[in-house]
Amino acid sequence: MTPEMKGFLLLSVIKMLVVFTVTMVGVALLTLMERKVSAWMQNRRGPNRVGFAGLLQPAADGLKNILKEETFPAMANRWLFLLAPAMSFVPALLLFAVIPFAAPVRVDFDFTLGPLGRFVHHGLMPMVVADLPIGFLFVLAVSSMGVYGIALAGWASNSKYALMGGLRASAQMVSYEVAMGLSLIPVLLLSGNVSLSAIVHEQQLGLWYVLPLSLSFFIFLISGFAETNRLPFDMPEAESELIAGYHTEYSAMKFSFFFIAEYSNVVTVCAMVTTLFFGGWDIPFTHWDETGGVLPAIATAGLFFLKVMFWIFFVMWIRWTLPRFRYDQLMALGWKVLMPLALTYIMVICLALYLIEHRAGITAPVLRSLILFGLNVIILGLVFGLLDSNVFVKGSGKQRRSLDARARRERVTA
Amino acid sequence: MAIGVKVLQRPAREVSYVRATLKGMALTFKHMFEKKVTMQYPEEKSTDADSGMGQWSISPRWRGTHRMLTDEQGRSKCVACGLCPQVCPANCIKLVPGEDEQGNRYPLIYEIDEFRCVFCGYCQEVCPEEAIHVGVHYENSEYSRDRFVYDLERLSSQTHPVSTLWDPSDPKGE
Repeated sequence: MTPEMKGFLLLSVIKMLVVFTVTMVGVALLTLMERKVSAWMQNRRGPNRVGFAGLLQPAADGLKNILKEETFPAMANRWLFLLAPAMSFVPALLLFAVIPFAAPVRVDFDFTLGPLGRFVHHGLMPMVVADLPIGFLFVLAVSSMGVYGIALAGWASNSKYALMGGLRASAQMVSYEVAMGLSLIPVLLLSGNVSLSAIVHEQQLGLWYVLPLSLSFFIFLISGFAETNRLPFDMPEAESELIAGYHTEYSAMKFSFFFIAEYSNVVTVCAMVTTLFFGGWDIPFTHWDETGGVLPAIATAGLFFLKVMFWIFFVMWIRWTLPRFRYDQLMALGWKVLMPLALTYIMVICLALYLIEHRAGITAPVLRSLILFGLNVIILGLVFGLLDSNVFVKGSGKQRRSLDARARRERVTA
Repeated sequence: MAIGVKVLQRPAREVSYVRATLKGMALTFKHMFEKKVTMQYPEEKSTDADSGMGQWSISPRWRGTHRMLTDEQGRSKCVACGLCPQVCPANCIKLVPGEDEQGNRYPLIYEIDEFRCVFCGYCQEVCPEEAIHVGVHYENSEYSRDRFVYDLERLSSQTHPVSTLWDPSDPKGE
């Protein structure tokens, strides 16, 4: 093994440890944040007994969950039942590997460590565990693995509620995977690259993609809610209908794993929103953050954290505001609204990019983005105007009237 | 013939999901910064004179844990007339009367089973000596069941304020 490879491995291991620790602790604290945010929105105080301001509450919850009894339903498929929490947990954690969380930093070292030999690293170190050239596709592929865990949990439990939850989860996640994937095609069109680092870099040159690709952002956000099974799309859990959905039969730490997986997924979706549409770790209006020093790296990491936290807060905000959709509404929204919308949007962006780049000959990223932004304002106005005009989401009154009209016609013909 | 259903045609601004969502989010966000209504129980109590939680303070007519009043010499005011066990609908008062050399009656045994008590307050109402009272107090938890039978000494040592029962001549307690 060459010293360079060893240096790379060493840095990778350090990054892995840091990212894993930060996400696991962060996810634990997110459960506290969720409870706090929900409490504040309901004029309550939230947990504030364990530790300072309730900060040790996740630790207490974890300890409780470890000490609880592990139950196995008598007729459950034992091995699949055991496998399911891990299957939903692992993809959720894997996704952090490809998300760039800070500006690349220059790391130079050359030292020998006893029997391990010489470690060498020169040049910029990307602040991402694995700077995959196909990072984006990796995210899409792995995030759809999460559905296996939930479907398996529902199936292996041998319980009708869990099975219903698992079925709903698989149908929902497969449906919204389509809209999610399609909503991201414009991002690829604009950046011309599938590596997440490159996408972030493109956004630094131009504008954050939320401006030139606003509709993509909205579709991705909505699909993200559905992918993570968060309210208003938490049909797989639906505690008022299915007890607890797919994890009805789970107890103790196995139940906790589903919880951790859910919050990890939330973090991932929020990190993806940040990376793809809000410039990742980019500090706007300055190029100081790309100089490769330690200070810019810390500052960009902090800003990335803030951006992600904002979106996590947004997810919680939505959760404690909106009620759950009906299942047919969910499916109709996914297939009849979001997917055609995403497809049309791809067409529009393709056409617009062709006109801008090849007909008008504008290749300056900022100007190109601004023109697209103008186009998006019009599109957003149209889409939200349509959504608002009661055409897509029909109240029961309208359905009733059409039924009545048909009955009247039949009477007339009879 | 179809069943006649009244169909309401509401304007879009009332049924629009987009606007309702935005309105709801504004509402929940506003609530985050409002005053919290939670009472921090062990530190703040509804029985505190000034708990700072005016809406949570319990009524002075609250009928809670019993209390036996005593006279200046520290003896209970009870004359063992037997009215309270007579009137008690839950039959939770045990009274064995005794008599001293001067012919004063006093309770040899006076026990109230707080588990059987329905906290109707009849004992306080019927007492001619204003000795037994129900009190503005609700924290009676114990580690064993027999601790809930309060004897005379325990009843006399309670210090919480006594209930001002409902007065028919002043029904609103003003």
